[in-house]
Amino acid sequence: MATGPIDPNFKAPAPERVGEETGTWSHVIQNLVYTVDHKKLGLMYIGAGLLFFVVAGIMALLIRVQLFVPHSDFLEPAVFNRFFTMHGTAMVFLVGMPIIFGFANYLVPLMVGARDMAYPRLNAFGFWVFFFSSLFLYFSYFGAPGLYNAGSAPDVGWFAYSPLTSKAFSRGHSTDYWSLSLLLSGIGSIATSINILVTVFCLRCKGMTLGRMPLFVWLFIVVAFLVIIALPPLSACQIMITMDRYLGAKFFDTQAGGSAVLWQHFFWIFGHPEVYILILPGFAIASEVIPVFSRKPIFGYPIMVAASVMIAFISLGVWAHHMFTVGMTSLGNTFFAISTMVIAVPTGIKVFNWIGTMYGGKIRMELPMIFCIAFLFQFLIAGLTGIMLSVVPFDWQLSDSYFVVAHFHYVLIGGLLYTIFAGIYYWYPKAMGKMLSHKLGLWHFWLFTIGFHLTFLPQHVSGFLGMPRRIFTYEADRGWEIWNQLSTIGVPIQALGILFFVYNLIWSYYKGKEAGDDPWDAWTLEWACTSPPPEYNFEKAPEVRSRRPLWDLKHPEDPDWKFE
Amino acid sequence: MSTAEATSDWKLPSQRKVGMISLIITESALFTIFVVAYLFYMGKSLNGPYPYQVLHLPIWASFALFGSSVTIWFAEKALHKGSKIGFNIWWLITILMGAYFVYFTAEEWYHLIYKEGLTISTNVFGSTFYALVGLHVSHVIVGLVLLTIVFVSSLRGKLHHDHHEHVEMVSWYWHFVDAIWVVVLLVVYIISLNY
Repeated sequence: MATGPIDPNFKAPAPERVGEETGTWSHVIQNLVYTVDHKKLGLMYIGAGLLFFVVAGIMALLIRVQLFVPHSDFLEPAVFNRFFTMHGTAMVFLVGMPIIFGFANYLVPLMVGARDMAYPRLNAFGFWVFFFSSLFLYFSYFGAPGLYNAGSAPDVGWFAYSPLTSKAFSRGHSTDYWSLSLLLSGIGSIATSINILVTVFCLRCKGMTLGRMPLFVWLFIVVAFLVIIALPPLSACQIMITMDRYLGAKFFDTQAGGSAVLWQHFFWIFGHPEVYILILPGFAIASEVIPVFSRKPIFGYPIMVAASVMIAFISLGVWAHHMFTVGMTSLGNTFFAISTMVIAVPTGIKVFNWIGTMYGGKIRMELPMIFCIAFLFQFLIAGLTGIMLSVVPFDWQLSDSYFVVAHFHYVLIGGLLYTIFAGIYYWYPKAMGKMLSHKLGLWHFWLFTIGFHLTFLPQHVSGFLGMPRRIFTYEADRGWEIWNQLSTIGVPIQALGILFFVYNLIWSYYKGKEAGDDPWDAWTLEWACTSPPPEYNFEKAPEVRSRRPLWDLKHPEDPDWKFE
Repeated sequence: MSTAEATSDWKLPSQRKVGMISLIITESALFTIFVVAYLFYMGKSLNGPYPYQVLHLPIWASFALFGSSVTIWFAEKALHKGSKIGFNIWWLITILMGAYFVYFTAEEWYHLIYKEGLTISTNVFGSTFYALVGLHVSHVIVGLVLLTIVFVSSLRGKLHHDHHEHVEMVSWYWHFVDAIWVVVLLVVYIISLNY
């Protein structure tokens, strides 16, 4: 038994709650505010993200209701503009970012065998900056109308093109709430990313070389690098726009020699890597779930790492494919079209490696795996429409149409959100100690999947038929009605799926089956702790000798390290 | 607390160094955008004053800032040798040279605003100039605060031999601020004088 890296008979004691009072609400809040524990902060990130997900989802529902019939007057045009702006901004910065940071916070220290993040207080700082910047953004509904008849919430779209954001066109303070909120949340994201980098590079347990880290951790290194390189351009954008609006600077003032196109460049230098910041964590979760439920180690580990790094590098050089219709030079168009197509290569490598992992495996159709398989199909569709849009003449036809809307919702829902669900079904037993109900989970899966495709497949067609995004209503004779109606019918079905999901989260917390330490028979270090893990994670610092430390532990006769 | 500290044959990089390198990478990305904005808007101002009319090569300020990178290195060497006096003297010289740089910027901006009438809202040159130089000088000020904290704790006898990595990190930041000045000097005070 001594060959295993961790003593198999060792049982971590139940989590102690020293100096921590429970019971009343004030104690609960006190614990949340005081905590610097990476696991609590991780759950707080995910919880806050899900909260804002529901709010932004309700806005999407109202948008779809407005578009159900032509000439609808359910929402006023100005309200509609605010809704799509707040929906987009919230889904990217208040939902996507915190949930991925939540997963990183909870799992990276556990997976590398550390007791906490490198800078626990910076970690708490990052969370609270994110949280208050989010409240700040929503506060615009109450605080923004500085002038009579000026708008309340931001209504300039989530990429806030100039000159729409200048004082002349955006009166009151709505745009300021938008830019200052994103400036703040950017600071939080950068702080958290530096924390992830330092944790991974400096706090790995003995034997955890870079080549033995779980792919999840590798992908989060890549994400953290992308954040610290790509978020500062966004901060610079917000600084410039605030200078323009308050100090009379001329950055984006076209009448004084400024350039509105420069805003687009600067924003998308942030904006495109941001897409990969959001989707790489999805890949991270899939890379953990698929091997465990195929009962095979990941296929092509080094290539998976190389492909992730390649995606990160190339993603820094594709931003202007969002701007083909602006009128760039042919050279610019060609460069960005080719770089966009090239990025499909490492992404394709990843998809093939996941399939290679499943091939010949003993696939267990548990909920995390079901969501990951759906992710593979849906992400393929998203990738294919992405390559279509990288062809410049095609993009000239369909830029800013519902085809684009369908494309990026397939990326962010079909890709990211499905893996987030997979991740929650996979790690909820670790975090809460209870299994999520399989039956409720299947209801969630099928309702959400049917609703999702019903909503977004028709949008490809309405895009082809020429329906532009962000219009609050449309004429009756364009042939768009049926597609919009199908689309709208899909939304309540998705919402019902989400209700099953939320109900499952709550029901299983009280009534779910006990999970035990390692319900999935998995291989990474987090499953060596109790469920939920004690505050100090590991009583004894673990020591690993291969990529699958728990496999070595459970199979001392056939450990992985013999073959490395 | 690192879980690997107890073991001797398992070496990991220093937390401080990795953290500082990450910070420098992210700051560099921020500066890059402002430098690109400055380069992009060179010669695009519709009205004066133009760079060649009002900017002068800041020889003494640059000398002070670059020199401070050398003196901070001497201070570190003195700390390694265990010479408290040497450290304090070189460190103080570094602070004074940095402070001179801030004084120079204040003087330059006073001149530009009140004598030449160049403000942030005059033209795109004004906007990009004050944004880029202001971002840099704000980093110099942060560096000065860090330098002063170290100096005060040294004077109070709180700086020990095992703090040399803390001191080294401050010096890394200071070198970074200097390196940025190389770019700003080149772009703002040399290249853009042609416009």
